[in-house]
Amino acid sequence: MMGPFRPAHEDAPWARRLLLGLALLVALVMLLLPLLAVFTEALRRGLPVALDAILEEDSLAAMRLTLIVAAITVPVNLVGGVAAAWCVAKFDFPGKRLLVTLIELPFSVSPVIAGLVFVLIFGAQGWFGEWLRARDIQIIFALPGLVLATVFVTFPFVARTVLPLMQEQGRDEEEAAATLGATGFQTFWRVTLPNVKWALLSGVLLCNARAMGEFGAVSVVSGHIRGETNTMPLHVEILYNEYQFAGAFAVAALLALLGLVTLAAKTALERVAGRRAGGAA
Amino acid sequence: MSIEVEGVVRRFGATAALEGVSLSIASGEFVALLGPSGSGKTTLLRILAGLEGTDAGRVLIEGADMTGVPARERRIGVVFQHYALFRHMTVFENVAFGLRVRRDRPAEAEIARRVRELLALVQIPELERRYPEQISGGQRQRVALARALAIEPRLLLLDEPFGALDALVRKDVRRWVRGLHDRLGISTILVTHDQEEAMEMADRVAVMEKGRIVQCDTAETLLRAPATPFVAGFLGEAARLTCRVRDGRAHFDLPLPPVEVRLPDGPALAFLRPAGLVLHAGVGPGQGGGVVRSIRDATEARSRAVVEVGGTLLDAVLAPGARLERGAPCRVEVQSALVFGADGARAEAEAVLLAT
Repeated sequence: MMGPFRPAHEDAPWARRLLLGLALLVALVMLLLPLLAVFTEALRRGLPVALDAILEEDSLAAMRLTLIVAAITVPVNLVGGVAAAWCVAKFDFPGKRLLVTLIELPFSVSPVIAGLVFVLIFGAQGWFGEWLRARDIQIIFALPGLVLATVFVTFPFVARTVLPLMQEQGRDEEEAAATLGATGFQTFWRVTLPNVKWALLSGVLLCNARAMGEFGAVSVVSGHIRGETNTMPLHVEILYNEYQFAGAFAVAALLALLGLVTLAAKTALERVAGRRAGGAA
Repeated sequence: MSIEVEGVVRRFGATAALEGVSLSIASGEFVALLGPSGSGKTTLLRILAGLEGTDAGRVLIEGADMTGVPARERRIGVVFQHYALFRHMTVFENVAFGLRVRRDRPAEAEIARRVRELLALVQIPELERRYPEQISGGQRQRVALARALAIEPRLLLLDEPFGALDALVRKDVRRWVRGLHDRLGISTILVTHDQEEAMEMADRVAVMEKGRIVQCDTAETLLRAPATPFVAGFLGEAARLTCRVRDGRAHFDLPLPPVEVRLPDGPALAFLRPAGLVLHAGVGPGQGGGVVRSIRDATEARSRAVVEVGGTLLDAVLAPGARLERGAPCRVEVQSALVFGADGARAEAEAVLLAT
């Protein structure tokens, strides 16, 4: 600093340094350190051991299952989330506030409760248990249950990232499109959707990361059948409880890696989006 | 293209935005909807565009009832208040939109030809690759106009289109838009709260108050023969003074000389335009003494002045040849005024000749 003058909105240098230091410390201890621990533990006994644990049959099955669940969940929530956000942002209807509250419900309810609800509805002793058994349809302790639980838990990600942007943009452009002769579908496809595409992609990536990592709700509906209904997070827990630390950390590291890739993709995306917007400004 | 609005009513919850509005617009006519905010002018525009429904009444375009016809089938061009350009599209794509969504979509070469023609018409051919964020307010307005004209509209609706422009540009753009209207031969409706804009651009001005059209006439008629006290007060500069009519004379509550008026006895409302209030040097007999508070336009034939009469400031003009300075006492003459009786009857008032 050149002299004693300091703009009123700036804090004293020592205060800034202190706050910055605190933030860095928290990030280091709470975020970076655990991540490093996962990777060092995974590689403690060498790369071959870790690879063996990952390539083991049950681990591969868990990976496959996780990817399948995510592959179903993400498109479902993409369509559902965009539809919900579109309704709320562009139309007025009774019960709109209720819908907005419902969109956020999965964030405020413990995932375990979400899992239990599905067991209560579709389980053997549940409301539709009898009916489903008679038709030989298995939902709980099978793939449909896992997908249902994951869809529930990850529903808000797309809707919540797209909704504020749609609300901010208002209905002006949609109305203009209507006067220019566009149908509702043309308006949505050519005006509404392109206006939120970057937010939408970012929401999809977050949804995907969470879908792959979800533990609580999935744990309740899974039944933990090895090689069949174990997703990667569940598999990590089982390995850990069986004292197979190397395997547990290897799979955990892979899961963490998937998350990191998603995060990197999201950051890259925001950069591209930012450059587009910046270039246009 | 002729437009008939017949007894249109629109309510939002308990409040009525429009309470039985009727208006007819001839083919090729330029009509302005003028009124304060909340008078219902934008609601009427949105109903014409098909963006808003009606609770009663109907809109006919060239004799065809528009009730239930969606906006996209009306072929009415709209320039929105904030232009509502598609932010993720270039200027070219914005203008091309109306052509691309058509069921009988023209060939790409034809679209390009039409778009360039329109951009040339609104005099911004060089901007076709820019995005709305990259151009100025005036340029955006031209894009919005070109986009609306691309569908070859039967009717053009302009919703406060000049509000975002600075005052210098605004005057030019107004004349240019009016010229465009004349050249294209379409019907145009302009929504505005700026009376100068309405009177300069439109053939007729529909003055709106609280969801009704109180008068629809040429600018000259509106100024000369306003139908209600609201119109008289809203258009042009006029001081609104309470008075009382007794034996064919209106006596002002302020110490001003009375005027002759053909109205029944009782309370009344007078509107005095600056040109009808003339200041003379010296102090005259009886009522009508004032003090000059300021003088402007001193170079014009008749200088404008502000005079204080009985504690109220009024706009006035100096009598030809009168030499008055700020702070000087003067005699105030009421040459003409518009007086509305308690029953709404209107009468022109004239100065009482001093001889009588």
